Amino acid sequence: MPMPIEALEAALREGFPDAAIEIDDLAGDGDHYRARIVSTAFQGLPRVRQHQLVYAALKGKMGGELHALALETSAP
Amino acid sequence: MTDAATEAQATGPVHDFIAKALSDHPVVLFMKGEPEQPRCGFSAVVVQILDHLGVEFVGVDVLQSEELRNGIKAFSDWPTIPQLYVKGEFVGGADIVREMFSNGELKPFLQEQGILAA
Repeated sequence: MPMPIEALEAALREGFPDAAIEIDDLAGDGDHYRARIVSTAFQGLPRVRQHQLVYAALKGKMGGELHALALETSAP
Repeated sequence: MTDAATEAQATGPVHDFIAKALSDHPVVLFMKGEPEQPRCGFSAVVVQILDHLGVEFVGVDVLQSEELRNGIKAFSDWPTIPQLYVKGEFVGGADIVREMFSNGELKPFLQEQGILAA
């Protein structure tokens, strides 16, 4: 169940309005992405919590509609 | 679309199974397939890293059971497999384990936890 890159980007921008976001479609199939997100929301949080915030912004699509999203998160 | 996995609760026998696995074994990897034959690239990466560091771990194949597969996601509030636990604590999925390995954090972490000899 692929997800268009625009939909992914829109969901991430909504969740992290201040963030610098870069998305790569790794396999060209709309189903394997890598996202680099730099946001103040991640400040001081362990990585597991940072990624949980991203998954929360995706509202359950991760693991469902979206099979693979490699995440690199950091604070500015 | 609602994703059943995110709404599932890790309750009852599945929760007990997970809790027991985590208390019985210091390093547990919930994964797709067996450590000898992972059935997903992300699970394979974590197995390779653990093997490379010489970590003894128990692999639990979540493909055996849909309940387990959903249960572990609810248990950790984490939507994907694999999931690595050390001393009962959720460490991360494939991205985090890979990042900790490549920036040299993983080995000292495992040494601190008494999993690897210092």
